[in-house]
Amino acid sequence: MNDIMDNSGQTKRQFITFWLGEQEFGADIMAIREIRGWTATTELPHSPHYVLGVINLRGMVLPVVDLKARLGRGRTEATAKNVIIVVRCAEQTMGVLVDAVSDILTVTESDIQVTPELARDADSEFVEGIAVLDQRMVTILSMERLAETLVAQHKVSLAA
Amino acid sequence: MSKRVLTVDDSKTMRDMLRLALTKAGYDVVQADDGAHGVEVLQSNPDVDVIVTDINMPRMDGYAFIDSVRKNPKNRATPILVLTTESEPEKKRRAREAGATGWIVKPFDPEKLVAAINRVAP
Amino acid sequence: MDPMESIKQTYFQECEELLLAMEEGLIAMENGEADGEMINAVFRAVHSIKGGGGAFGFEALVAFAHLFETVLDHVRSGKLEADAGVVKALLRAGDILADHVAAAREGRTLDKGHDSAVMEELAQLAGEDLPEAGPAPADFDDLDFAPVPVMFADEPAAPATGTGWRIRFAPHTSLYAHANEPLLILRELKTLGALTVSADLSHLPELAAMDADAAYLAWDIELEGDAPREKVEEAFEFVTGDCDLEITTRGSAPPSLDLQDIEITQEPAGLQPIAEPAAALKPAEPTKPAAAAPPAKAEPAVKPTIRVDLDKVDRLVNLVGELVITQAMLAQRVFDGDNHAANSVDSSLAELEHLLRELQEGVMAIRTQPVKSVFQRMPRLVRELAAQTGKQVRLVLEGEATEVDKTVIDRLGEPLTHMIRNAIDHGLEGPDGRAAAGKPEEGVVRLSAEHRGGRIVIELSDDGRGINREKVKAKAIEKGLIPPNAVLNDDEIDNLIFLPGFSTASEVSNISGRGVGMDVVRRNVVELGGRVVISSTPGRGSRFTMTLPLTLAVLDGMVVAVGNQTFVLPLTHIVESLQPRAEDVRAFGRDRNLLRMRNSYVPLVRIGELLGVAGFEPNPSKGVVILVESGGAGRLALAVDAILGQRQVVIKSFEGNYHCIEGIAAATILGDGRVALILDVDGLVGRCRSNLQDEMSATEPKATGTAG
Repeated sequence: MNDIMDNSGQTKRQFITFWLGEQEFGADIMAIREIRGWTATTELPHSPHYVLGVINLRGMVLPVVDLKARLGRGRTEATAKNVIIVVRCAEQTMGVLVDAVSDILTVTESDIQVTPELARDADSEFVEGIAVLDQRMVTILSMERLAETLVAQHKVSLAA
Repeated sequence: MSKRVLTVDDSKTMRDMLRLALTKAGYDVVQADDGAHGVEVLQSNPDVDVIVTDINMPRMDGYAFIDSVRKNPKNRATPILVLTTESEPEKKRRAREAGATGWIVKPFDPEKLVAAINRVAP
Repeated sequence: MDPMESIKQTYFQECEELLLAMEEGLIAMENGEADGEMINAVFRAVHSIKGGGGAFGFEALVAFAHLFETVLDHVRSGKLEADAGVVKALLRAGDILADHVAAAREGRTLDKGHDSAVMEELAQLAGEDLPEAGPAPADFDDLDFAPVPVMFADEPAAPATGTGWRIRFAPHTSLYAHANEPLLILRELKTLGALTVSADLSHLPELAAMDADAAYLAWDIELEGDAPREKVEEAFEFVTGDCDLEITTRGSAPPSLDLQDIEITQEPAGLQPIAEPAAALKPAEPTKPAAAAPPAKAEPAVKPTIRVDLDKVDRLVNLVGELVITQAMLAQRVFDGDNHAANSVDSSLAELEHLLRELQEGVMAIRTQPVKSVFQRMPRLVRELAAQTGKQVRLVLEGEATEVDKTVIDRLGEPLTHMIRNAIDHGLEGPDGRAAAGKPEEGVVRLSAEHRGGRIVIELSDDGRGINREKVKAKAIEKGLIPPNAVLNDDEIDNLIFLPGFSTASEVSNISGRGVGMDVVRRNVVELGGRVVISSTPGRGSRFTMTLPLTLAVLDGMVVAVGNQTFVLPLTHIVESLQPRAEDVRAFGRDRNLLRMRNSYVPLVRIGELLGVAGFEPNPSKGVVILVESGGAGRLALAVDAILGQRQVVIKSFEGNYHCIEGIAAATILGDGRVALILDVDGLVGRCRSNLQDEMSATEPKATGTAG
């Protein structure tokens, strides 16, 4: 996962960028399967606040994460304008709720900067780096790390 | 036109190996799972040039199968090679008495198999 | 894939089937039920394992199988009587053969020590009462299994003379009857060197007197070059005995005739087909041993089968599942939409549903298999356990043909193994104990399967000492599994052995006490969507009853509403549903409720509260209560807002996209396309009752004997 540290090559990467409030984020296009409109979810009992529940994606039961909530920026009040990005990585599929998809971005590895130490906060565990282009600043998120937390952590048990 | 060989064996392993060896050598292969099946297959494929059959099989064993083939006017002159793990003269004698043309000792070597077929098939 | 590698896989797959057939036959022999064909089938199985093994060079396996097969051959020919001792030895040999196959599959060779004892035993059996006894055990590893497979005539080959060979070849009539063809032999000889052939026509009769099948011709052949004698003999290998053959080193040159001429002019002699077979054509009287079954015996039970890759079937199963969902969605849309259209489409939709259900059942049926494949693994286990414990055990299998989904079969082995270990280790008494109890020395363990009410019921019973309830209860109290003052009926005590951390063995034995207990059995069974209970009669034995779904792909469920959510409860767990009167709901402890049902109290749980659903009906008497039962853990009353209906649902797992949630078994997709969660009743009941138990030990209970 440290490929962004490597500045020697001129490898180009493509990202899908999307908005969460006023901030633009990017996710590696290789991990994106499709983009869907908002569908009501079925809640999962005792799941963390950022897990909205599950939806039916052509017969597959897909968990959906509210990315804004996951990054500690408050809950998304989902409407028909919101979109779910279907992400597949590490043998796992999930839906990621964002405000809107904006662009496809092609950058060279060297354009991606490591998050400045001072700018780190609690949720920067998902941040791979920051791509700075002209006027824009896109925060690149690791979908893999996001997916991992769905199956690994958060042991849920029924509170008595 | 390539020669057509009927193989009769209850073991899928053997059938697959025979098919592999014979197909590689350019033969047309038809297969049956046991003697009784072999008789059926022969009815729909009377033009087989050579028959290769196992002896120990359920439903109808190799001896009975050979007997049945030899009694059928259409196939009485069809060469039959018996697949046997037994190399003793006794088993060969019995196979021959039953009407077999020759034999192939298992495990067979594809070249020997082809040589044996060439020895009996025009 | 390398074709040989794929054939090897076929071989191992086939070995599994052959080993089962072998075991089945051997057990029939043990019970004295084996007929000639059965013994033949055992022989064939071992023979085929050997045959394939030879092709892949599994020498140790082949050597063992050969010896095994030799003994079986003596048994089927009647040379060796299959008395109890012999059959026991054959069963042991069968186990070792299975070990050889397993070793070969893993790419290793079985330790010499592992099979030597049985090998010796077999060699002794093979050597007895045999005219050719001497060489049998000694030569098993040369002749048949030499890397060069085709065997030559017995005499050693004379060194090539360089001068060639003179051959006198006079076919007998039988040569033609065997479909051999002299010209083809000549053709083969031609590949060994320059050939001069002269036909001896002196015995040819007048045309009118000629029998087309008879042999009248003879050949004198001169073969030049330095072909070794064995090569020459090999060409005649198939006709030895069907001709007069003299092979001598070459001397003077006799008058010659070119081979081509022979082919043209003489060909018809041997080949002309005629309608009536000549006498010589008839095969000799079968010299089959008496014990062997008549070869052409019909076996009507054999049905044609195909081998299908499981993935393909699973794709079909999934596809049909999708169809079912789509149909349900369509029905929902029509229902929600224009009433007028609904009426006209309604009947075709009903028809579609009917067809889909049939299609689904048909596809599911492809995946089913008889439980035999897993039952057949048990006799070996029983034999080994009997040997380890010094107990005499007879295993009786019933209903092996009962079919169930392959996934269920694949996961049945482990719980069955535990249960059989438990039955033999704890259930059955030793021979002395049985004698003292007035029972036959040999204990009986019975394993049966049958279909009952859309489920498969598997029972394992023994005629041992039964469960010592005093001891079990004392143990459960000692381990803190139940409060000391708990009042339990006999059944409840018996079922305590399924609680985690429970073990009845006073000392940990090396059979059952491997850190797993009956709680593992229950967990295995519950994971399969089934339940297991035990019933026991002291001094008479115990009976485990496992009830399992026939498939893991669909389930019949009750759809219920709780707040803004919809859940599915598996129908198999539901005892009844009712609308309780307010006075039947009693508060208990700090914030618990009990529901009075007739004369007993059942813990009452609000699903909405338990699963944290928003907006559920808090008053059970305003909603519906569903009484559910979990095999091991008893009953529980679940309060929901409303029952929406019953339907068959397709089970969807989270497929690793999300972690397990306690209380949720899986998900499904409803007619409106939304996901609904399927509740894990066993998990819920177990959890709630253990919570309750905690509380009961803290509080003085108002009601006892909680299970209804």
